[in-house]
Amino acid sequence: MKFRGLIFANLFRKKIRFLLTIGSFAVALFLFGLLAVVRGAFSQGVEVAGADRLVVINRVSIIQPLPLSYRERILQLRGVKTITFANWFGGVYQDERNFFPQFAIDIENQRKVYPELIVPEDQWQTFVKDRQGTIVGAATAKRFGWKIGDRIPLKSSFLPGPWEFNLDGIYHGQRRQDDETQFWFQWNYLEERVPDRLKGQIGWYVLRVENPDDSVRIAKQIDQLFANSPYETRTETEKAFAAGWVKQMGNIEFLILSIGGVVFFTLLLVTGNTMAIAVRERTAELAVLKAVGFSDRFVLLLVLAESLLIAILGGALGLGLAKLFTLGGDPTRGLLPFFYLPLKAIISGLGVALAVGVASGLLPAVGAMRLRVVDALRRV
Amino acid sequence: MVRVDGGRGSSSLIQVRGLDKKYQRGSEEIHVLQGLNLDVDKGDFVAFMGPSGSGKTTLLNLIGGLDVPSAGSITVAGDEITHMSRSKLTEWRARHVGFVFQMYNLIPVLTAFQNVELPLLLTKLSKADRRKHVETALAIVGLVDRTDHYPRQLSGGQEQRVAIARAIVSDPTFLLCDELTGDLDRKSADEIMNLIQRLMKEFGKTVLMVTHDPVVAQRADVTLHLEKGVLVEAAKPEGVTAGGLA
Repeated sequence: MKFRGLIFANLFRKKIRFLLTIGSFAVALFLFGLLAVVRGAFSQGVEVAGADRLVVINRVSIIQPLPLSYRERILQLRGVKTITFANWFGGVYQDERNFFPQFAIDIENQRKVYPELIVPEDQWQTFVKDRQGTIVGAATAKRFGWKIGDRIPLKSSFLPGPWEFNLDGIYHGQRRQDDETQFWFQWNYLEERVPDRLKGQIGWYVLRVENPDDSVRIAKQIDQLFANSPYETRTETEKAFAAGWVKQMGNIEFLILSIGGVVFFTLLLVTGNTMAIAVRERTAELAVLKAVGFSDRFVLLLVLAESLLIAILGGALGLGLAKLFTLGGDPTRGLLPFFYLPLKAIISGLGVALAVGVASGLLPAVGAMRLRVVDALRRV
Repeated sequence: MVRVDGGRGSSSLIQVRGLDKKYQRGSEEIHVLQGLNLDVDKGDFVAFMGPSGSGKTTLLNLIGGLDVPSAGSITVAGDEITHMSRSKLTEWRARHVGFVFQMYNLIPVLTAFQNVELPLLLTKLSKADRRKHVETALAIVGLVDRTDHYPRQLSGGQEQRVAIARAIVSDPTFLLCDELTGDLDRKSADEIMNLIQRLMKEFGKTVLMVTHDPVVAQRADVTLHLEKGVLVEAAKPEGVTAGGLA
């Protein structure tokens, strides 16, 4: 710690350069934070997917229906614990920009399949008794300022008539990353109002299995069961289903990694150049340090310490700003199901900042370490 | 007593034997020092003079362990330094050598106090002990009232005195001064030389100094001339004895 003064004095030697370098790190890490938020929003579904849940959809596409009659047949398979189903309802609340997912759900089994989405018992009982009832996720309720008892009108893009719902309950996710944006209403209510040709059809099944190790076998059995029927199925684990969903939107991971890679490579060049200039300017001073007895290794660590401190300060500033930004609320107005910067991403960000700090300081530090006192003093 | 004939035993503080230094510049080999011998006793004050390129600074760098000779040996206080590893040599320098350079070479972002404290950071001294040593060194050079000043707030002479304080703070075996007055006016140069003489007389410091200035060289006990890599007879007749320089 007795060298702290020396390190900090060197760090603040050129204040504007110091602030600009810190600023480069802060901007890069702020961007990293936002990219991590976007990446998380797309991949969170994959991460939180239940290991014991399988999703069954029409083999053609998820927008093609499946018969409700499949339910009993799937339940009979060995290892299937419980099953529920749902339909997509593409309703619009006031304006098309107010997007949130709406599902017509099977009230008997919804909570058995999704135990992590918690609804207070009294609210659930009110919902069950109310044909026009709805339960919404806490995030969506907060977004539109809805309170229990509110009447919520939706316009359907493919079904006639006004659709009005009574807000009977609000669900919360057990984990922070659980999706709290969904809007649930009774499947029976939808079934009553759809044209006859659509009756008895559901969008997809979700089932829980006794043992996740049996998932592959059960998925295969379900698809074999309905092979060569008018409604062939595609069954996969919820994780694979969520991953496929993300994939449909393009290779988000690749896009984010590409942007991040370019940003950090540029940062590496900028800070590497800054450190090289900083060391070159101090050639004589480093030579004097060596002359009075400071070792080569000390000089190496001195330069690296400066580089690392810049990285840590800039990185912490950028990630701190990104965190504050996410705490300010979702600027996409709910387009992303999650909008928060997890601790894991903050730690990764600091790790990346440190790696850039080491990489950018390494060459100048090695140069300083190898500096020969006699040569350096002769240049002065 | 200072001798250049290599004829003394091992009692000298600094003993240089058959010192050679060659540089390669392209295809040309430059022989800077050629079989040089030198004996310096504790408390001696030696000035090296000579034209540019004669090898004065090279000799100083070799004795100070900043450079390695092509041949020959240098022994200081019984330590043969010519075969020491780079890291050992660094440790040895910290213990035995105080450097004073022409351009002062203070660290501009550190105060006078912090600059002087630098060599002590390598020791195991406590913070309080380091402070005591630094204050003593600054008192010796007459700058106790400038401890918190940065180099840019000091005159050239004051900067050089801080550099001298830095050189003596760890009580080294000897001081190596390379053109220490080269960047100063006559008055400041005189003050600096008074200080060096005081260090020698009051504190028994051994001083080896390179200079171009004959007035400054006169302050030394002995002046040696380096010409074409060889030490020759002293310019100050009163400092020379038969077979050696007194």
